[in-house]
Amino acid sequence: MNPSVTASPAVLQRKPGLLARFSDLLWRRPTVLLAVLLAPPVLWLGVIYLGSLFALLAQSFFAIDEFTGLVQYEWTLKTYGELLRPVNLDIITRTVTMAACVTVFAAIVAFPIAYFAARYARGRWKAVFYLGVMLPLWSSYLVKVYAWKLILAKEGILTWGFSKIGLMPLLELILAIPVIGGNSLSVSYIGTFLVFLYVWLPFMILPMQAALERVPVSLLEASADQGANPSETLRHVLLPLALPGVVAGSIFTFSLTLGDYIIPQIVGSSRLFIGQAVYAHQGTAGNIPLAAAFTVVPVVIMGFYLWGAKRMGAFDAL
Amino acid sequence: MSAYSAKAPLGLKIAAGAGLAFLHLPILLIFVYAFTTEEKSYQWPPPGLTMKWFAVTWNRPDVWEALYLSLQVAAISTAIAVVLGSFCAAAVAKSRFFGREAVSLMVILPIALPGIITGIALRSAFHLADIPYSMWTIILGHATFCVVVVYNNAVARFRRTSGSLIEASMDLGANGFQTLRYVILPNIGTALLAGGMLAFALSFDEVIVTTFTAGQQATLPIWMLEELVRPRQRPVTNVVAMVVVLVTFLPILGAYYLTRDGDKTAGHGK
Repeated sequence: MNPSVTASPAVLQRKPGLLARFSDLLWRRPTVLLAVLLAPPVLWLGVIYLGSLFALLAQSFFAIDEFTGLVQYEWTLKTYGELLRPVNLDIITRTVTMAACVTVFAAIVAFPIAYFAARYARGRWKAVFYLGVMLPLWSSYLVKVYAWKLILAKEGILTWGFSKIGLMPLLELILAIPVIGGNSLSVSYIGTFLVFLYVWLPFMILPMQAALERVPVSLLEASADQGANPSETLRHVLLPLALPGVVAGSIFTFSLTLGDYIIPQIVGSSRLFIGQAVYAHQGTAGNIPLAAAFTVVPVVIMGFYLWGAKRMGAFDAL
Repeated sequence: MSAYSAKAPLGLKIAAGAGLAFLHLPILLIFVYAFTTEEKSYQWPPPGLTMKWFAVTWNRPDVWEALYLSLQVAAISTAIAVVLGSFCAAAVAKSRFFGREAVSLMVILPIALPGIITGIALRSAFHLADIPYSMWTIILGHATFCVVVVYNNAVARFRRTSGSLIEASMDLGANGFQTLRYVILPNIGTALLAGGMLAFALSFDEVIVTTFTAGQQATLPIWMLEELVRPRQRPVTNVVAMVVVLVTFLPILGAYYLTRDGDKTAGHGK
């Protein structure tokens, strides 16, 4: 602490000046201080962010005139009806299925990393695991997608690796699977899935690790003492206790996959995901109401998801 | 000796190691590709290694312009986010008031909702309000979702800082601003710096919201996105990708070293 402050007399001296009086006011009236502190962030987020969100929501209740292509400013549910057309329903099911697959596999891949980091890593290894998850999490999203474009390309490292170990027929077999296969990995759903899994994996690891760190070792020992073998302890003790962390992580993987429009555009087949549909409708088509209605879909899905997650206690693990 | 000793089972070690490798190998691959002599495809293994693409990239004005814009946007957005985030954190951490939960939800919302929603909402709002797209519209969007990282860091530190320190300072005759300068800021300074660094990294890298809030201006991620969709200069893109990785790693490592001691005292590393 600054010595000049501690060295000043203990008796409070009246300090004149506008600034000092303002400071006294803040101390005597905490509500004024609170208002001063809260006003800038609340105004910024409330006006710019929430304002835009509500404006967008309002537009989903307008509809576009099919002949002129202009937005008609009359309240209607017609645009939401359009969401139920088979082609749009397909987009929604495709995206939700992908989000669910990514979430399940992210949980499976993340568990060993999170468990090892929470339970066994000490000292230097703890730092290695922490940074090992944080660096990929924070490194550039586009660079990560780009790296996968390099990996999955037909002339890329994955094809090379498969042919080096003589598993080319296996790769061709996988690509021949209808729906998820394709000409090469970079234009198939498998490719899209791998990139999603890679990009969102750290978001699953961190909350899982936080939940696992709170599981007392004594519980695991007690389970072993009662005669459970390690896999029984895993199933009946560890996993139920780690579940809030899994649910917390799944909020990220699910929501991020629902809203992404860049990954399926760069790696994957030409069939649209929700994000791409939003992008296409607001851009070239100029159909803002339908784009707005499309954005309501992930918001509603996430609303239900969060409601369920809260009931499972997932927010304590965040 | 129970089965839950300090030594991890081999299977777990392998799975955890493989998981970490899965997270890192793709990024390392970028570094190799930056040196390849191949221009027309993503051929592996590289037919030869060269340094010439670094010189080529260095002489590209469009890359420099994009980099300069990105740095400007990130710096200004970070400054706004640090002010808004620390104010909000101070209010939420130090007092109870009506709507406190709503305020913290509102701060988190811009990153909890998919970025495309934030992006299209801002775009249609700019459209309705007749605001022309410029660097400032990009900053408006970036600052909005950067607030949360500063807020998270600051609120955690405020909770660990004892309120009696502030009272002691006031008792000893310091006014509010002196207390802020000599007591509060030294305590939360590193948390703000760490939050600011993360906000900078977040803004520097953002592409989803930016595609909606930018007009003709290209930030570095926008430049990269165009190259990803329609590859024209693959070698230059490789070099830019590598530089972006290196540039974003520095603030993250910095933020880690600034906050790691605090995390230890809190008893859990998040």
